Parts: sequence; C-alpha cells; structure tokens
Amino acid sequence: MSETREYVPNVIKAEEMDPKFKYEISKLPGAEKLMLCFQCGTCTADCPISRFNDFYRPRKIARMVQLGLKDRLLSDDALWLCSTCFTCVDHCPQGVEIAGIVRVLRNLTVKERAVMPLVSKELASNILKAGYVYEFPESRLKRREMRGLPPLPKPNLEDVKKIFELTGSSEMLEKAKTFEKVKS
Amino acid sequence: MSELKYLVFLGCVIPYRLASYEISARKVLKKLDVELVEMPEFNCCGFPMDPINHDLMLTLAARNLCLAEKQNLDILTLCNGCFSILNETNKVLAEDKDVREKINGHLSEIGMEFKGTIKVKHLVHVLVEDVGFEKIKDAVKKPLANLRVAQHGGCHIVRPAKHVNHGDDPENPTMLKNLIRLTGAECLDYMDETECCGNPIIGVNEEVPFQMAREKLEHVRAVKAQALITVCPFCHMMYDLNQPRIERAFNEKFGIPVLHYTQLLGLAMGFTPEQLLLNQLRVKPTELVSQIQQ
Ligand code: SF4
Ligand code: SF4
Repeated sequence: MSETREYVPNVIKAEEMDPKFKYEISKLPGAEKLMLCFQCGTCTADCPISRFNDFYRPRKIARMVQLGLKDRLLSDDALWLCSTCFTCVDHCPQGVEIAGIVRVLRNLTVKERAVMPLVSKELASNILKAGYVYEFPESRLKRREMRGLPPLPKPNLEDVKKIFELTGSSEMLEKAKTFEKVKS
Repeated sequence: MSELKYLVFLGCVIPYRLASYEISARKVLKKLDVELVEMPEFNCCGFPMDPINHDLMLTLAARNLCLAEKQNLDILTLCNGCFSILNETNKVLAEDKDVREKINGHLSEIGMEFKGTIKVKHLVHVLVEDVGFEKIKDAVKKPLANLRVAQHGGCHIVRPAKHVNHGDDPENPTMLKNLIRLTGAECLDYMDETECCGNPIIGVNEEVPFQMAREKLEHVRAVKAQALITVCPFCHMMYDLNQPRIERAFNEKFGIPVLHYTQLLGLAMGFTPEQLLLNQLRVKPTELVSQIQQ
C-alpha cells in the first residue's frame, strides 16, 4: 500500500503558491464554496477511499486549492481516486462540495496538462465510435433478439461527434497522454 | 390501459453485461402495469465523461433529456449512474440560467433545446412513489418467507441530497428495504450499509475498491444474510462478478449471491429462477433457489 508511493516533502515554498488559483477555481460550477472550508476534516473522516490508503485526503485537497498549490494538485494522480460517492458533499458542515472540486481539478488536468486515465480515453473513443461505452458485437445483439428483448436504440453518431467537437473534447482526446493505474 | 408510462433508459452496462437485470426488470414492471417506451435514439448518459470534461457530460446527458422531452415522458433508469447524471443535469439546467444557456448553445447546433419539462427517476423511486406498496403487495403471489437478505442501494440514488430529492434519508435509506420487505423476505441491518461499492475507480485502481468490497461482504456475512440485493449494475458487478477475484485476493470464501432487486421481486411474483436468469449470476444462488422451491 502506502510504501509503494514516493514520499513528498511537505514543506511548501512561497513560490509554489499561486494566490489567484483559489479565485479561478471557485468560479467553476461545483467549486463555488471552496473558500468556506474551515478544515474540520469531516470529509476525510467519512471518505470511504481515504479509509483504505494513506494519501487520498479530501480535506487536504481543499486546503491545497486554497493555498494555490496548483502544480502539486494537478501532477498528483491521487486526484483520480475519488469514487464520487458524494458522502463528503452531504456531510460537509460548510456546504463545500469536495467531489465537485475534485471534478474541477480533474477537468483542469485534462485541459491544461493534457493527461487523463487510459480508461477514460478508451471509453471516450468508444462513445465516439458506438454512442455506447461498448461496441456491441453482432452476437450480443442477436442474443438480445433471441431473448425476446427489444432492439437497442440506435446511436446518433453524427450528433455525438458534434457534441465532442462543440465542447472541445475531440481536441482534448487527441492531445491527451494517458496513464494506466494509480498506485495505492 | 396502463397509466404509468416511462421512457426506459437502459444505459450501456446493463444491455452489454447484465441481461439478468434488464429481463427481470421488464418482467416485474409489466406485471405492475408499468409501460416502458424505448428510447428513440441513444447516447451514453455522460457519466464516464464527467471526470474529463464536465460540459461534455452535461451536453451528452442533455441530449437524452431533450429526446424524452419530445416524447413528453419521464425517464426511468435501472442504473444509479445514469440516474445520477441525467437527474443532476436536469436539475442544474433548469435552475442555473448560465449553464442552461451555454449547453443550449451547443444543443442548438444539433437542432435541440433543453426545456426542463420532464422528470428523471430511478426504478426504486418509480416503485415507491408511483406504483406504490399496495400494488406491489397485491402482485406478490409467493411470499419469500424465511428468506433473510441484506441490501446495498448504492450512493447515487440518495446522494448528493441536494440533487436527489426523493425523500429517502441518505444516512439511513429505507426505500429499498421496504421494497424488499414487500416480497416477504426479511431485510437485515448490517454495519456501514451506506458505504460506496468503489466501482467508479476500478479502471484506475483495483486495490482500494477490492478492500471496500471485501469489507462490505464481511459485514453482510456477519449478519448471515443469504443474499445481497442491489439496484445498480455497477454495484452488482462489484459484488457478484468480482466476488471470486476478491475471494482469491484476500484468501477468503464468501459465496454470497448478489441478486438484482427485480429478480427477488420476480421470484415473489411467481416467476421461475430460469425466467429471471438467476443462472446468469456469477455466484450461484443454489441454496436460495432450492429453499424457494421447497
Ligand atoms: S468537511 Fe467541508 S469544511 Fe470540513 S474539511 Fe471537508 S470541505 Fe472543509
Ligand atoms: S465523493 Fe470522493 S472525496 Fe468525497 S467521500 Fe466520496 S470518494 Fe471521498
């Protein structure tokens, strides 16, 4: 578990802090309440992911964003461990939506650092090809029919492609490097 | 004539991997006079795209909502993930003018517009709020007396509370428990019932979700439940499909069958295990089936 991860020194240098970061982040949907975090730790205490490793800590993420430690945040793949259970969102006494902040940071990593999990890239390219996250082989569609199930609704691939383009996602996908696993 | 009519949103995972869920759901809903209309067209709800681009997720989801609006039908999902994404998008676009205008800008390019005229419901919400306990009770012909099960409803049909709004208590959800009790089975309490299955991160890390699932299965075993009941394909795969791998990873033996709620209800309605595809489960519910057939 924890011994497989590198030890990152905790001393923060002044030049690491980007004072504007917290304002940029709290403008984005889901992260609006960031500045209300008073570090009570409820989110970390109740986070199921935090229970099973020694480094994914939602409270720490909130503080790091407040301090503007952008580089550390966006280069840490721990960000991809949130399972979006929303326990932290429901329990935070200040109404901070940690899951929303984590999503904002992930989106930013993809946009600015051009990196995403391999699985996300695969799912995205499947959606572009099939409209679904899987490409259904003929045999599976036949089996549906044999079981008396109605045919699967058809995808509208033209629209899907347009949506990827309109939201800047096609370009993001093309550029993005990938990583396979997050060590824990 | 059926009064309850929904556009059924199957999602991707159920038709690809869990025919047992789809088939049992269609069977029990038909018995309850719920009419399902198929989606005229489909694209992924957007759930797996939220981590990489929130606007992509919102637009993919909104496109599905527009299709439902055109038919003037509420959406019924069988998947917690689809429910969560479609419901969140439906709420956020209705309430936040800026987001709505932005997403409608994208949608106008494909000849669509979000209006906010329909609702999104998960199977559990439809059964509790629209079908009602009386009707379900009447449809139970073979009560599953002496059966003791536990439930895992999953996160996204109760959390985050600010979006879900179906009256169930996220700290102590009772909707699925009450639905289980209608089948005649006993629904047991166990430790940490509301804990997440962990499946959303399995693509980047298996160790953490496996430990979470192991703990869940231990808690379920501790109360001697004969089966775990789920209402989401992701939770189901975590505990059923992955159970043998979890057993190997921790050198444990659980052997806990994981049934879709619709299979449990189907059995209580008198459908056979074969009709409900119980044989498709990874962990075979052999004991449970023979107890029911006695
Ligand atoms: S629960 Fe809320 S206020 Fe407390 S540390 Fe977490 S985000 Fe901050
Ligand atoms: S949503 Fe993410 S950060 Fe929040 S409690 Fe769940 S796993 Fe932890």
